[in-house]
Amino acid sequence: MTLAAQLPALPVIVPLVAAPFTLLFKPGRAPWAWASLISWIIFAACAAIVAHVANAGVVSYHLGGWPPPIGIEYRIDLANALVLALVSGVAAVVFPFAYQSVKAEIDERQSPYFYGAMLICLTGLLGVTITGDAFNVFVFLEIASLSSYALVAMGARRDRRALTAAFNYLVMGTIGATFFVIGLGLLYQATGTLNMADLHDRLVGQDNRMVEAGFAFIMIGIGLKLAMFPMHLWLPNAYAYAPSAVSAFIAATSTKVAVYVLIRFFFTVFGLDFPFLHVAFAWTLLPVGVIGMFFASIVAVFQEDVKRMLAYSSVAQIGYMLLGVSFGTQEGLAAALVHLVNHGLMKGALFMAAACVFFRLGDHRCRAYEGLARRMPFTTWAFIISGLSLVGVPGTVGFISKWYLIEASIEAHRVWAGFLVVLSSLLAVVYVGRIIELMVLRPPPKDGPLAGEIREAPLSMIIPMWALVAANVYFGFRTGLTAGLADQAAAALMSSAGGG
Amino acid sequence: MISPELALPLAVVVPLIGFFAIWALDKHPNLREGATILTGVILLILTISVFEAVAGGARPSVFAFDVIVGLPIAFSAEPLGALFGVVASGLWLVNSFYSIGYMRGAGEKNQTRFYMAFAVAISSAMGVAYAQNLFTLFIFYEILTLSTVPLVTHKGDDAARRSGRIYLGVLLGTSIGLFLPAIVWTYAIAGSSDFVPGGLLARHVDQAGPVAGVLLALYAFGVGKAALMPVHPWLPNAMVAPTPVSAFLHAVAVVKAGVFAILKISVYIFGVDFLATTGAGKPILYVAGASIILASAIAMKKDNLKARLAYSTVSQLSYVTMGAMLASSMGVAGGAFQIAAHALAKITLFMCAGAIYVGAHKNNVSEMRGLGRVMPVTFGAFTIAALSIVGLPPLAGSWPKFLLMIGAADAGERWAIAVLVLSSILNVVYLLGVPAQAFYLAPAPTGVKSRGAGPEPIDWGAVKEAPLLCVLPPVLTAAGALLLFFFADPLFCFLAPLAGGG
Repeated sequence: MTLAAQLPALPVIVPLVAAPFTLLFKPGRAPWAWASLISWIIFAACAAIVAHVANAGVVSYHLGGWPPPIGIEYRIDLANALVLALVSGVAAVVFPFAYQSVKAEIDERQSPYFYGAMLICLTGLLGVTITGDAFNVFVFLEIASLSSYALVAMGARRDRRALTAAFNYLVMGTIGATFFVIGLGLLYQATGTLNMADLHDRLVGQDNRMVEAGFAFIMIGIGLKLAMFPMHLWLPNAYAYAPSAVSAFIAATSTKVAVYVLIRFFFTVFGLDFPFLHVAFAWTLLPVGVIGMFFASIVAVFQEDVKRMLAYSSVAQIGYMLLGVSFGTQEGLAAALVHLVNHGLMKGALFMAAACVFFRLGDHRCRAYEGLARRMPFTTWAFIISGLSLVGVPGTVGFISKWYLIEASIEAHRVWAGFLVVLSSLLAVVYVGRIIELMVLRPPPKDGPLAGEIREAPLSMIIPMWALVAANVYFGFRTGLTAGLADQAAAALMSSAGGG
Repeated sequence: MISPELALPLAVVVPLIGFFAIWALDKHPNLREGATILTGVILLILTISVFEAVAGGARPSVFAFDVIVGLPIAFSAEPLGALFGVVASGLWLVNSFYSIGYMRGAGEKNQTRFYMAFAVAISSAMGVAYAQNLFTLFIFYEILTLSTVPLVTHKGDDAARRSGRIYLGVLLGTSIGLFLPAIVWTYAIAGSSDFVPGGLLARHVDQAGPVAGVLLALYAFGVGKAALMPVHPWLPNAMVAPTPVSAFLHAVAVVKAGVFAILKISVYIFGVDFLATTGAGKPILYVAGASIILASAIAMKKDNLKARLAYSTVSQLSYVTMGAMLASSMGVAGGAFQIAAHALAKITLFMCAGAIYVGAHKNNVSEMRGLGRVMPVTFGAFTIAALSIVGLPPLAGSWPKFLLMIGAADAGERWAIAVLVLSSILNVVYLLGVPAQAFYLAPAPTGVKSRGAGPEPIDWGAVKEAPLLCVLPPVLTAAGALLLFFFADPLFCFLAPLAGGG
């Protein structure tokens, strides 16, 4: 029993065990330091897992020594290794970042609960990603969701609307979870197993109404969690009114994990031999993805609140991923996975910039951004670079995503879809450009609550934010760790799904 | 002498070092401008060493790293890129002296930001010139767009903001909306985006043949910097920038990067023969012809001198596009020649316009009546450059017209010759009209329109030129336009490999 052999369990066990400890600390700095330390340990563990999987192939870990299909299996291939790296990486950046921001936005007495909830949320997200057991996915999804509801509601100290946003999120999220578990029940009825690999084997040749209904329930359930258009209504308010650090963390990870779950169920559990899957691709995922891309982008253009704008942009970006998945090809899958990671990086950085602005100005509406270049140059440039990444300018990760998506469209003989992708990016030019123009070309407000001497955000926020910005640029040039792994992961998923 | 393999990446890196030096020397204007000039000198030496190596038959190339499999950041020099590199870096140096004179003379603000953005722009122009594949070219093309936005919006007022929006909107819109899909499509067909002598797509005729027309149209309109109508509106809008920006970026680096890309794509991605056999270039050829005439017609109606020059640029750029689309070796040579000749002439015209603004605070052509007697040197340079654009020997501008006409005849497109002739006549009207009024008409008394005043000798006592740094650079470039006429043969030999497919 060496530690290395237990490595796959660490990302779940460590934060789960560590979370209650935050309650023992004196409110203030200690819970934060503890959570940050844990986030780094987990990041190290996940990095080790990624390295191991990349070298040695799929890892199968039997929780408690119970073999599947009875026991719970943690099964890590390149696809979830990639998502693990994203989630733990974003956590390792956002947790240290959170201190000043949380101190300003949340009652200090609540800070142990806050960091505890953050750790539990992290546990849930990592658990969903790592597990190879379908019911376990549901459990961890609820762990992540319940803690998210609480975290969003904590924004109420600065803006009471956080409460309704959290309630909305709670209702929608619970409906999603219910649908998901109903779908799982139907599949269990049809196959008698809940292990994903086992499910796949036993679903072969099963093409009856029950399995189809199960599929539909699962897709809708996960669709709610990942804010698939038109089931995204919970998302804009939740992201806008949550505490800034929570927005940064959840926006970069939560919906991405849900997209991963969708991919996992489509390709690993059902597989390309399941005829209904292609119907879902062509008649649900593709149109919903495309409409989401445009609808949400257009709505984003007219937002007066930067966090809401970024939230709508997230809905649009989810549309890109769904579009990539809907091609049902290896290139499309790779594009979706690449964009999943890349979008996590850019949205994380953007929400962190918004957090810095909120920290100094106490406002996340557009007017707070007027003349920001003169007041907070580092924050401004972080926003500009990650905004350009969102647009897809070369030299950033967004460009790599766009490239993969367009290429996948052409390879799938859907050239028009490639043009829709770039057309929708041009809408991103509008909504990002609008804010950049405010920041750079307007003078700071002369009077009113936003006037006065404003200093740059503290270093403890600037450094983590710029770490993510640097990642946006670095992975825009060196794509071995993102696109390279995504390519391999897509190939593995396709072969397990029984495709080309 | 430095090896050309090293010079290629250094040409991109040196201006970036200059960028940081300028930033660091923010508080010391003289040292800051010294950094700009030093960077310019080093860069010119680098590009000349590359040029010489290419003239000697070498094709230096440097591979940095793969971004995506089959899509590396890589540089290599061939005649077209080497020529563009020398033209851009040489004129940048001249323009840097001019910038110092202009920016100080006009008392502009935020000069450090101005020089910093300039350094990034020239770095990315070098990247465009020496790109070994479309992917690398596209990256630097976009950086060039973004780095010039702060220059266009330099004044920061409402007009600058509006123009900045149009500038960015058109350039990003075309490049992301059309250029990028075209590159990805090419990559999907050919599995790479390398510039290959004879044409990359010519090797994949089966897949590329049916879509050649669509792809070429995507490229022609996607490279918005080539300002083919109707994607030209960014260029007149860019004229709100300080004149050195208009002179260098919007007469040389940015627009030439556009037409350079068009030429490069025609020669190395499609291949001249492939274009000729598929006839894919025909529709674009008509658009280019229409662009030449229409832009000239608009230019005639513009009273603002810089706006007039901008539309003239739109017209002249389409010469290059036309040369590429003729799909004949002479057409390509004419297009390449036009890049150099038009750069020299147009930068002179813009620098003169700036000198007139600094010296006499006049922007409109109608206000320049008689001004030639106050600023004879400036208007003299203006006249020479205008004559070069018109295409009169012995000025550089006569060669591209000559070569393009031969190319048009070779390709059997005789109407194109008529377009070129008509364009020359229009050039006479809207360009030579300016110095004619300035020299022959007496200065208008304030508030009174004078008409038909007879010729008078110049009263040298009244001469009041702009500062030396504003006047000397246009004189130099005008002289360059004259000299280039006599060095046509070496340049033609240098470009000869292009005709053979690179």
